[in-house]
Amino acid sequence: MSQAEAATDAVTTGPAAGAVRAPRLLWTFGLLRSELLTTFRRWRTLALLGVLAAVPILVGIAVKIETSDGSSVGGGGPDGGGGPAFISQITNNGLFLVFTALAATLPFFLPMAIGVVAGDAVAGEANAGTLRYLLVAPAGRTRLLLTKYAIVLAFCLVATLTVAVSALTVGAVLFPLGDLTTISGTQISFADGLGRALLIALVVAASLVGIAALGLFVSTLTGSGIAAMATTVGLLITVQILDQIPQLHAIQPYFFSHYWLSFADLMREPVYWDDLVKNLGLQGLYAVVFGSAAWARFTAKDITA
Amino acid sequence: MGDASATEPEQGEPGDSVIATRGLTKRYRGGQLAVDGLDLTVPAGSVFGFLGPNGSGKTTTIRMLMGLIEPTSGTARVLGRPMPRASRAVLPHVGALIEGPALYGFLSGRDNLLRYDAADPTADPRTRRTRVASALERVGLTAAGGKKAKAYSLGMKQRLGLAGALLQPRRLLVLDEPTNGLDPQGMREIRSLVRELASDGTTVFLSSHLLDEIEQVCTHAAVMAQGRLITQGAVADLSAGVRGRLVVTTPDTGDAARVLKEQGAADVVVAEDRVTAEPPERDLAEVNAALVTAGVRVRGFGVERASLEDAFVALTGEGFDVAG
Repeated sequence: MSQAEAATDAVTTGPAAGAVRAPRLLWTFGLLRSELLTTFRRWRTLALLGVLAAVPILVGIAVKIETSDGSSVGGGGPDGGGGPAFISQITNNGLFLVFTALAATLPFFLPMAIGVVAGDAVAGEANAGTLRYLLVAPAGRTRLLLTKYAIVLAFCLVATLTVAVSALTVGAVLFPLGDLTTISGTQISFADGLGRALLIALVVAASLVGIAALGLFVSTLTGSGIAAMATTVGLLITVQILDQIPQLHAIQPYFFSHYWLSFADLMREPVYWDDLVKNLGLQGLYAVVFGSAAWARFTAKDITA
Repeated sequence: MGDASATEPEQGEPGDSVIATRGLTKRYRGGQLAVDGLDLTVPAGSVFGFLGPNGSGKTTTIRMLMGLIEPTSGTARVLGRPMPRASRAVLPHVGALIEGPALYGFLSGRDNLLRYDAADPTADPRTRRTRVASALERVGLTAAGGKKAKAYSLGMKQRLGLAGALLQPRRLLVLDEPTNGLDPQGMREIRSLVRELASDGTTVFLSSHLLDEIEQVCTHAAVMAQGRLITQGAVADLSAGVRGRLVVTTPDTGDAARVLKEQGAADVVVAEDRVTAEPPERDLAEVNAALVTAGVRVRGFGVERASLEDAFVALTGEGFDVAG
């Protein structure tokens, strides 16, 4: 049998060999699903979520213990002394634990978790050598990068919701629930308050879009997952420190973390939108700039790992 | 591949080569020239052995063929389409094992394959589980499919990597050191798998440092050294290029050596009761007759065929495993 005949045989006998295999739109999302399963089955991801869920529990218990003698948190006035925003209100209404927990985790815990997942996204695959097999599959570089970014964004949302749900549960168990007072002093119903809590969680998740893009870009620069994670978290800390130095006020509005705590403005009546819009705009800018940089880097990179 | 134009007219393959490179060159950023002007042609349906010492540029070449590395200059065509530009059209037809397997240790063997299959947008998710199961069976991993990959031995990882290359019917298999880490039984299984695939019409591009392995399964071979292609062609032609040696077994080695020299044999070497020489350009029967006429008691007389290893040493002037 000649080679040509052998090849023809293979084509006619193999079920899919003869058919021209073209990518289908729906099949393209198989990678997204696989990526989602892979990420959330990883022990590290679950550990990060566990740490995030533990923060509201610790805050709730601390507040409960400190106020068990009837005193208010920190001994200060209605606006509280130290601690994260809203902490003095928790004893009146457990719903405030959601806002407190988000305010406590947003400066460091949440972005650090995002930095780990985003930094590992491409570099971790390169480190394990699995990147070459995904690309030879062929996943397609742009498709793989978009999938990775989508997963990091999904993780932003899941991480934020983990904090919020854990806080809501702890708040409901330890403290009374009911109508609540906004920062402006007006009363809103509990249902309205829940709505605001969800909105705030979404805004907090959106606040992480910038560092997610930054982390993904760093991840395309190196073949070591640990290096990418450390760099991203290092950048986060640096920016947080620089944001505290008054002499740098001219450039501070361009730091991805500068408007993070603006989510508290959603608890005003009426809502004060200026900083919220600036925050979302800034996150979008970071996503575009570092997303493009990541794409430019990743699609031109020699994969030698 | 003769049927290619019928099923995929847009491919328009020149000739019937599955891999064709012209002046393919890669210079890394450090200035190191890894691959230098490579003109490689892999005929369709062949089992092609890709040989060379470590650091000779084999892996860089394979990575350029798979679109992982951009060539500095020159072109590479795989299945008739330019790489890396046509990666998304070409690679679904190519199964690859590059520089050993790479697995997600926290996933089971089966889940690893499911993930790699999901990465291919042309792979039908409805048949995914069946295809993964048959790939596992083909490499003898059905029983271990549910085990976490980090618990696999090197040989099992290698098999799983091979299974990943066999998830779809492929037109080309690129196997970089496929028997690495396998025991002799495993090696034999892989060899028979390669033969089976080749008889189905799949072109197999095989890099190996085991010369006898290449000699056993390959129809064609190419030899690289220091980034350059030294030779390529049918295995039979390659070893035919190196002439075999005439071997005479006799107790009268001194006389035998003298007679062989008189008969025009060059490079006569005496070792114990064997005299070896480059065969002279005349009928060997006459040489034998001359030996006997001179009273040499001949126990054995014959030509030892040159092995691919002899060919390799003759071409590169070095042993196979020493470089790198």
